[in-house]
Amino acid sequence: MKLMKSKKLIAAAAVMMMAMYAPGAVNAADTIKFGIAGPHSGDLASYGLPSVNAAKLVIDKVNAKGGINGKKIEMLIEDDVCKPEIATNTATKLVSEGVQVVLGHICSGATVAAMPIYRDAKILVMSPSATTDPLTLSGEYPNFFRTIAPNAAQSPTMADFAVNKLGLTKIAVIHDKGDYGKPLAEGAKKAVEDGGKGKVVLFEGITPGAVDYSAIVQKIKQSGAEAVIFGGYHPEASKIVSMMKKKRLKTEFISDDGVKDDTFIKVAGKDAEGVYAVGPEDVTSNKMSIAAKEEHKAAFKSDPGAFFDGAYAATTAMVNAIEKAGSTDLEALKKVLQSEKVETPVGNINFDEKGDAVGVGYSMYQVQGGKFVVVK
Amino acid sequence: MSVFKQGMRGLFISLWFMFLTFPIMVIKVDPIERIVRWRWENCLYIGVGTFLVYFLLQYLLHRKLQSVESNTEKDNEPRESIIHRIIANPQQRNIMVGILLAVAIIFPYFSSSYQTNVMTTALMYVVLGLGLNIVVGMAGLLDLGYVAFYAVGAYTYALLNHHFQLGFWTVLPIGGGLAAIFGIMLGFPVLRLRGDYLAIVTLGFGEIIRLVLENWGEFSKGPSGISNIARPGFFGMEFSLDSAIIYLYYLMILFVIVTIFIVNRLQDSRLGRAWIALREDEIACQAMGIDKRKTKLVAFSLGAFWAGIIGVVFAAKTTFINPASFTFLESAIILAIVVLGGMGSIVGVIFGALVLILLPEYLRALSEYRMLAFGAILVAMMVFRPQGLISNIRRTYRFDKTQSLNVK
Amino acid sequence: MDYFIELFLGGITRGAIYALIALGYTMVYGIIGLINFAHGEIYMIGAFTSFIVATVLSIYGFPLLAIVLIAGVAAVIWSSAYGYTVEKIAYKPLRHAPRLSPLISAIGMSVFLQNYVLLAQTSDFLPFPELIPEFAFMEPVAHIIGSSDIIILITTAVIMIILTVVIKFTRVGKAMRATAQDRTMAMLVGINVNRIISATFIIGSALAAIGGLLIASHVGQINFYIGFLAGIKAFTAAVLGGIGSIPGAVLGSLVLGLTESFATGYVSSDYEDVFAFSLLVLILIFKPSGLLGKAETKKV
Repeated sequence: MKLMKSKKLIAAAAVMMMAMYAPGAVNAADTIKFGIAGPHSGDLASYGLPSVNAAKLVIDKVNAKGGINGKKIEMLIEDDVCKPEIATNTATKLVSEGVQVVLGHICSGATVAAMPIYRDAKILVMSPSATTDPLTLSGEYPNFFRTIAPNAAQSPTMADFAVNKLGLTKIAVIHDKGDYGKPLAEGAKKAVEDGGKGKVVLFEGITPGAVDYSAIVQKIKQSGAEAVIFGGYHPEASKIVSMMKKKRLKTEFISDDGVKDDTFIKVAGKDAEGVYAVGPEDVTSNKMSIAAKEEHKAAFKSDPGAFFDGAYAATTAMVNAIEKAGSTDLEALKKVLQSEKVETPVGNINFDEKGDAVGVGYSMYQVQGGKFVVVK
Repeated sequence: MSVFKQGMRGLFISLWFMFLTFPIMVIKVDPIERIVRWRWENCLYIGVGTFLVYFLLQYLLHRKLQSVESNTEKDNEPRESIIHRIIANPQQRNIMVGILLAVAIIFPYFSSSYQTNVMTTALMYVVLGLGLNIVVGMAGLLDLGYVAFYAVGAYTYALLNHHFQLGFWTVLPIGGGLAAIFGIMLGFPVLRLRGDYLAIVTLGFGEIIRLVLENWGEFSKGPSGISNIARPGFFGMEFSLDSAIIYLYYLMILFVIVTIFIVNRLQDSRLGRAWIALREDEIACQAMGIDKRKTKLVAFSLGAFWAGIIGVVFAAKTTFINPASFTFLESAIILAIVVLGGMGSIVGVIFGALVLILLPEYLRALSEYRMLAFGAILVAMMVFRPQGLISNIRRTYRFDKTQSLNVK
Repeated sequence: MDYFIELFLGGITRGAIYALIALGYTMVYGIIGLINFAHGEIYMIGAFTSFIVATVLSIYGFPLLAIVLIAGVAAVIWSSAYGYTVEKIAYKPLRHAPRLSPLISAIGMSVFLQNYVLLAQTSDFLPFPELIPEFAFMEPVAHIIGSSDIIILITTAVIMIILTVVIKFTRVGKAMRATAQDRTMAMLVGINVNRIISATFIIGSALAAIGGLLIASHVGQINFYIGFLAGIKAFTAAVLGGIGSIPGAVLGSLVLGLTESFATGYVSSDYEDVFAFSLLVLILIFKPSGLLGKAETKKV
């Protein structure tokens, strides 16, 4: 009886082992494993899929030329649905599959959750979109880099622009209660109050995805605000802006990088005219950005989406670092990233000690004639 | 039905689906560039695909009918599944449990830390499912806000750890207890409600908890969440990531065993029977002298207790939590585990959790079609096995004339 | 006072929006006792269909009125077709299954339809063409109430009246009420229950499609996820009013819309949904079957 039991056990174990190892059995050592993580399904998929496309474009080009130092790059694409708990699974999966560098994650919350896993495995991570301050500024994650400036640089820009440039004093600060929008709005509120000249007359969060925002718009009107600073993404921004136009409000609308997206202008249409949005420094004249957009159009027959430039830049920077360093060792890669400038769609960049891109700052844009134009 | 007739029917159905999917599958417009793209090839795929699926289903149905026909003589006795037969036989059951336990114990040594991690998640959902099973499966109270208690547990640990550096083991009972208190708090106002009214109130309760966590920044740090939560220690020992994953895995195995034991005992207890009576008929139940209020409240608080415990584990496992993890969809998935597995059946719930949590992970190969497949599988499973994968066997007592005098 | 009126009108509009979706919920629930979680998705598909048709027509240069009519008709046709098919696939085989099985099936269908539209169309937000023009005569009051608000209010009122008349006085309506009361009995008196259930789904979906067109045009944007939140809110409204009751669904929606609007206006929009759900709990404590729901007396 005992013997039988153990035999069964061994058989079961063998079956389990086979089942577990079958898919991962092919382990070619002569490729560089490039992880891509972000939301590729669910409600935030539109923020994650463009960076997959960007990475595909860059990596296909590199592979077509024979790879880096003879090694082809293999993409491992994993979905994290922007959820912290799934992101840790995603990260563990990528690490155990032996990725050497990771592009992602997209959402701040998911990135914060996943970073300790990558840090322990000493894997370079570069995000095109996670802006929450502690990722770089706290110094906790030496393996983290990003091609977008942190929130800390963004909210003062908005506040300063409203108060000092436009000379408005009564400010309403609105956010979308999200992990991106709320800290931004809080930063802007603080900046306005610290500046001394302006006054925050309203500070509130709205429910993303709600059917209409007429009540909050009435409240903005009632508060007598001269400018609205909005922390959040473009779908809510365009709804608020349209509603403000419908209610004949003349209040200025100033928002963040989540709104400085061509989709905002497409969706809000003529209501978008005159809206201010902070965005990464002007890249419209950047040849590489234009070329990248053309590539995207040719390959996917559509316009690139959010964070495409940043993701393209991150991929380019990482590929360049691997090539120059000749390995995927974290220290070697860091050295290259920090010392050598590389030409990308977001400008000619390298990275500082903490992992933020040098030369990626923010400037203020205004929608004029259906385009974002830099405000001087 | 003749083959010709079936062919016509199949053709008709595929035409119907071609019509149905026409605007969304075929036309794609770009409102800015003002371009229309007609993707007629999709129409063809849908038509052919539907036709094939239809015939596959017909074939399966045909075979099922045939096997039923040949089985009609044996069908006098209620057919039991293999699993039920194994459970009914103590010897076989022990062997089965032994094998499963052994496989579970050696599992981390044969698989990557990713696999172990995913398995830990699945085990967490097993316990969550078993907890919700008390409320929904046994007591018959439809709870759509179960995730609120899970959030209570998670935030209890995160906040106590963040502010007072309390350890995992200290907070574990606190988290469970606090969740149980919340369970009673929810239970009181909804005592009078029935069925789907109860469902919507619990849904609202879950949303309220999440919204408070989101908005009350001073208390919960709002949507930015709480990071750097300590992983569980072992008598003061700290682990590296890999061993922490394995440690948590064994911890969850232990929790699952304890939970199964307790829930199993509960089911056979006076209380468990009172729940089942409550589920079957409230009025009859009251007439039999069961205190409806107390029974319902205990069900809510016990169910919430397990959610709170797993919430603590969840916070310790991910080391980062924010309110986005506690949405209605999460409640729906836990409910799906209970219903898919077979309401009221412990083995069923375990299977349900493993299927529902492991499925999306292993469907990753399908990448963007993953959630599409998940939805379709959920529907298909319900259509083909509405009573759940492993349904609960109703407790039946047979009246046996020869022994009737000996029955106590 | 102006502020109060503005909030009031805003709340009424929002309530009317919920009502367009809640009516479908409540009809289906009244007949087969199923929380049709996929109903929000039917509304989304209605919005997408009208978006696609309207954009195509406007590219080919049709006049606005024709666009609105054709897009509306197309949305109604296809949404009804989806509603009908969903019922046949996901709910009909489950007529005699345990009570919660169709619920899970509905959740599965909802996930499936969302991802189907995501894959077949796009994950991005799309601008919805302005199908309701700004009327010139509305200009003096435009800062208080817009043209699309008026159209939505009128449509909701008209639909509610038509629906009430249909259910009270027509053969189909009577058959529906009979089926809702007792399915077996209805069958015995010669009502084709399957056909009546299909009809309910078709009518409910058609309403959702009209809602989809009007709301999307009011809001100005759509994506594949809009059905989820709207569905949950509409369901809340239906329960608030007493699920299964047509005037109840409208009343519940208005109460919900007004609560949200005033909560935002006088307290804080941070807690808008907290107020909405707390109100729901409060009302159900005192009236356990909703505002206009019939109290269930159970005979033993």
